[in-house]
Amino acid sequence: MQEQTTYNYKVVRQFAIMTLVWGIVGMAVGVVLAAQLLWPDLTYGIPWLSYGRLRPLHTNAVIFAFGGCALFASSYYAVQRTSHTRLFGGPLAAFTFWGWQLVIVLAAVTLPLGITTGKEYAELEWPIDILITLVWVSYAIVFFGTVATRKVAHIYVANWFFGGFILTVALLHLVNSAEIPVSFWKSYSAYAGVQDAMVQWWYGHNAVGFFLTAGFLGMMYYFVPKQAGRPVYSYRLSVVHFWALIFTYMWAGPHHLHYTALPDWAQSIGMVFSLILLAPSWGGMINGIMTLSGAWHKLRTDPILKFLITSLSFYGMSTFEGPMMSIKTVNSLSHYTDWTIGHVHSGALGWVAMISIGSMYYLIPRLFGRAEMHSVKLITVHFWVATIGVVLYIAAMWIAGVMQGLMWRAVNPDGTLTYTFVESVKSTYPFYAIRLLGGTMYLGGMLIMAYNTWKTVVGAKAVDAPILRPAAAH
Amino acid sequence: MSDFTSDFWSVFVALVTVVSIVGCAVFLKALSVKRVPGSTVETMGHVWDGDLEEFNNPLPKWWMWLFYITLVFGAVYLVLYPGLGSFKGVYNWSSQGQYGAEEQKAQARFGPIFEKFHQMDLEKVAAEPEAREMGQRLYLNYCAQCHASDARGSKGFPNLTDKDWLYGGDPAAIKTSILEGRGGLMPALGAALGDEGTKDVTHHVLSLSGLTHDGIRASRGKETFAQNCAACHGPEGKGNVAMGAPNLTDGVWLYGGGESAIIETITKGRNGRMPAHKEFLGDAKVHILAAYIWGLSNTGEKVAAE
Repeated sequence: MQEQTTYNYKVVRQFAIMTLVWGIVGMAVGVVLAAQLLWPDLTYGIPWLSYGRLRPLHTNAVIFAFGGCALFASSYYAVQRTSHTRLFGGPLAAFTFWGWQLVIVLAAVTLPLGITTGKEYAELEWPIDILITLVWVSYAIVFFGTVATRKVAHIYVANWFFGGFILTVALLHLVNSAEIPVSFWKSYSAYAGVQDAMVQWWYGHNAVGFFLTAGFLGMMYYFVPKQAGRPVYSYRLSVVHFWALIFTYMWAGPHHLHYTALPDWAQSIGMVFSLILLAPSWGGMINGIMTLSGAWHKLRTDPILKFLITSLSFYGMSTFEGPMMSIKTVNSLSHYTDWTIGHVHSGALGWVAMISIGSMYYLIPRLFGRAEMHSVKLITVHFWVATIGVVLYIAAMWIAGVMQGLMWRAVNPDGTLTYTFVESVKSTYPFYAIRLLGGTMYLGGMLIMAYNTWKTVVGAKAVDAPILRPAAAH
Repeated sequence: MSDFTSDFWSVFVALVTVVSIVGCAVFLKALSVKRVPGSTVETMGHVWDGDLEEFNNPLPKWWMWLFYITLVFGAVYLVLYPGLGSFKGVYNWSSQGQYGAEEQKAQARFGPIFEKFHQMDLEKVAAEPEAREMGQRLYLNYCAQCHASDARGSKGFPNLTDKDWLYGGDPAAIKTSILEGRGGLMPALGAALGDEGTKDVTHHVLSLSGLTHDGIRASRGKETFAQNCAACHGPEGKGNVAMGAPNLTDGVWLYGGGESAIIETITKGRNGRMPAHKEFLGDAKVHILAAYIWGLSNTGEKVAAE
């Protein structure tokens, strides 16, 4: 067979475009949900448009469809370029694209129909779980095959993070989705009671830790130094925070089950390791932001860098907030309130989505033979709309969450509760409105991006860059 | 009761936890270097993808200390609180213990307030403004979800202000309803009566409270009613408080009084459930709550709609 002389950009292009599509879909569903909290009768009581069914559709769409496609696109792009070889496995990469899209479409059909396992972030039923497994194993073969056939001696740091993310997500998915089918669209978890809860949150928190953190740190380690044109700040720091991060995240799950039937010792360990997780998390933020030292002036003019560096700031903020919320005393106030929703979205919109958006703005022109996006000005507009949107969203949810927590625990002189639950709902209304505004702005930013991408891509020719020869050995 | 099936697992968990925390510290120490004064930072000498390089700056000092502090905090926490296997921690704290202590404290502080009214006759309690306020707070937190904040109920959940009581409206009966709960079972008769039979009985029931009905059907349904319904609802449909069978003649309809609603009730049956609150709230609180609810239809007091 003739040696391939270009990178496989086709699959990267496909995933990059679908990142945008699913981002808009997932966030639009989020906006509908936010509106439903303000106007509960918004969808006329149609069952498959009800809050309970759309909510898992929203989470799955933004995490696995939007985030997943962004991870596929960026990891496939980075791994072949930093390995100086074409993607391994030939048509297998195309299978991961079509397979993953099928998973997403099946999710978009089954979840509104009410077909669900009921496990948060793992709602998809067993036939889809099997398809996910097949796609994921293929992804691992393509990724690690490419790393194994690299033309350079060392493995670039971004690939450690992508690799850690791929391996761990495989493990998480297999263990947590162990289930016994009773029919084609219904299964029951292999675990029961508090063990089931513990496995679920071991999975749930590591989905955050590996899918939404390690994977996106891989993205960060490629696109930040590329866009800044500066070397990574510290190799040593990347080694320490990589191993500390992937080791410590594994322990943190029980903090989702504070003051429940989970034994006290497990709760304590979950809390302790969540606190220990602070420094390893911040290691990534430091390494990313400090990469800019010597090039700070670029932040003023380069909106892509603005996205990347702001995302790291939100990452640092969320990973401070997370350990704090895992402290039992804080958790007894914050748990079950909208504070949690605010925390999740400062991570999801501020960190995950912004680093993805920045990376896609870097990628898209390069995949279509353009020097830059159609309009750099529109990237700047997108940046400000998105940033203001996130800040409105999370500030509203913080205030609402702390308020709810305080209202729920307030008691009268006779020991009875001062507020009924519905009073706390009523008091949350203004904040729901602000949240809807923030979310709508964020979605608006995505539409600006879609327009900009359209103008960049239409009429452009898809290009596959020639494989770069490795730099001379040192 | 131990959380572990054997001592082995307890020791195993404790050991893995300790080794992990110590391991993090050793790892951090092993990889920390001091910046040599006056030296410049070099890259690692590797290049990827044309221009990707790495400096090798030492770990930021403040970051290292942050890491160590969290490790020390974790170690201290696990000495003080349960976490290392079945070791209970120096404070001997447990979440159950904390709950018990808080409940005891609350009981000591608030118990006497409720006890004062607990000793009183229920009807007298209903006349006490302070007790009414307490009863209303309890009501809004524990009852309003079903019976509504104005206590007028909704479909399937009885109105508590209309003087119509399925299980009796004297203070003792109301208190028993709250303490023990109630189960109102109307059996499904659709299969036994058939579509026509059901419709006939429905029109008889409509006739009992003077609602518009088909006279021929009603007269046919009268016989069916006597055979199938009278045992609970009485020969004249006046109901039976002893078993919670509703009076069908008073114009009060728990599940709707139209033809289609009554057909649905007869065909599919109904299964109303008032949950028991004895274990949850205790007798003293229920006493005040019952007085409040009795007072809604006996002293003219109304719940201020929220």
